[in-house]
Amino acid sequence: MIPAAFEYIRADSADAALAALAEHGDEAKLLAGGHSLIPLMRFRLARPEVIVDVGRVDDLKYINDAGDHLAIGALTRHSDVETSDLVKAEAPLLSAATSYVGDPQVRHRGTIGGSVAHGDPASDIPSVLLAFRATLIAQGPGGTREIPVDDFFQGFLETDLAPDEILTEIRLPKAAGAGWSFQKFNRRAQDWAIVGVSALVQNGTAGIGLVNMDSTPVRAAAAEAAVASGASPAEAAESAAIGCEPTSDLNASVEYRQHLARVLTRRALEEATA
Amino acid sequence: MEISVKINGEEHRQEVEPRTLLVHFLRDQIGLTGTNIGCDTSSCGACTVHVNGESVKSCTMFAVQADGEEVLTIEGLASNGELHPMQEAFRQCHALQCGYCTPGMVMASVSLIQENPNPTEAEVREGLEGNLCRCTGYHNIVKAVMEVAK
Ligand SMILES: Cc1cc2nc3c(=O)[nH]c(=O)nc-3n(C[C@H](O)[C@H](O)[C@H](O)COP(=O)(O)OP(=O)(O)OC[C@H]3O[C@@H](n4cnc5c(N)ncnc54)[C@H](O)[C@@H]3O)c2cc1C
Ligand code: FES
Ligand code: FES
Repeated sequence: MIPAAFEYIRADSADAALAALAEHGDEAKLLAGGHSLIPLMRFRLARPEVIVDVGRVDDLKYINDAGDHLAIGALTRHSDVETSDLVKAEAPLLSAATSYVGDPQVRHRGTIGGSVAHGDPASDIPSVLLAFRATLIAQGPGGTREIPVDDFFQGFLETDLAPDEILTEIRLPKAAGAGWSFQKFNRRAQDWAIVGVSALVQNGTAGIGLVNMDSTPVRAAAAEAAVASGASPAEAAESAAIGCEPTSDLNASVEYRQHLARVLTRRALEEATA
Repeated sequence: MEISVKINGEEHRQEVEPRTLLVHFLRDQIGLTGTNIGCDTSSCGACTVHVNGESVKSCTMFAVQADGEEVLTIEGLASNGELHPMQEAFRQCHALQCGYCTPGMVMASVSLIQENPNPTEAEVREGLEGNLCRCTGYHNIVKAVMEVAK
């Protein structure tokens, strides 16, 4: 299917993109890898009047060791995250989860920033950021601000980003030696998760991010608290779905998703603490 | 908008509407109909081509995004009348039945081998998860890719 017509602007820097967003306001949408936006446009679920293509903003494609954290440019493609030795060493949970995103063709185009900015509860990457307690950096007309990932996801496909802001960087605190696990349940290769779990465990505390368990990416806060108070993986996982409001769809009922969240959280915590 | 794309080694300068998908540009404007369209949901991989040497789904990319880039389609794979080794292996291993998925399957397989010249069978199966085949059951496709990897 063919998207509705739009005006196309190619930005070659973050500043140029910000200027285009300032000029066109709500009518404009950023295009990064296009692997969430173009499918929506083909179904005409999205019909932006102006597309600001940031796919060539090379300044926002990087993976840097920044001392106590990894700094990843928002325009870094999934395939570059997946194969980065630095990510494998400092954040193996992120490389593992990224290798489950779609298929190689999707990972050759899609970006980490697009995955986060889209705010899709079914996306794998936000669960990793929640487990890590990542920090997001946004740039807007008034300058740069830091957003803790816990404040970022606001509603279904809604984030804390203003329409005139760009997500520029993702910061993952280093967690050398932490236990980790990524669990994704689906029925066919290449599919999105029916439910997924990212777990990062260190010094008796756990970060647990859930995929597809609410209208936004969410943490399994009750299970995290249980781990902190000394519960075993099996005990902690019992509370994995508490406070979550998953939807029921063709793939799974609400009850089945809650069940999957408990089972996958148990597997994730067992693997992360093995 | 005018774009300039190198397709199978040849420079093409053309006017396109921004909303034109790369696959429609290749098929309808350039006349390269080897690249197929099998779905509306970016799932099947029949439209797989290489952009700057890497496999992408040409139905999930605007032609304007390929401006200034190099695109390789199934038509550009053979050289001097000789089939590419992957094409030859598909032929020898009978890795196709109806052939609809084949152009995309071959392009995805070539990209896979470039990134991982020595894959295990499991890696080949996972590496081709973005390409659906409704006929073969994948067995001979995997065999063909393993043949080239040897
Ligand atoms: C067949 C298929 C299967 C997939 N399977 C999975 C899967 O299993 N798991 C998974 O997690 N994902 C999956 N995806 C989605 C994929 O990971 C996308 O790459 C990702 O969701 C969006 O990244 P993008 O760069 O393509 O963003 P785009 O589609 O370009 O943009 C998405 C949204 O984010 C906004 N945006 C993008 N970048 C920025 C930025 N820097 N600042 C502010 N706003 C921005 C855009 O305006 C748009 O609204 C799949 C996609 C496809 C097509
Ligand atoms: S036509 Fe099916 S993925 Fe492109
Ligand atoms: S050979 Fe018919 S779809 Fe693959």
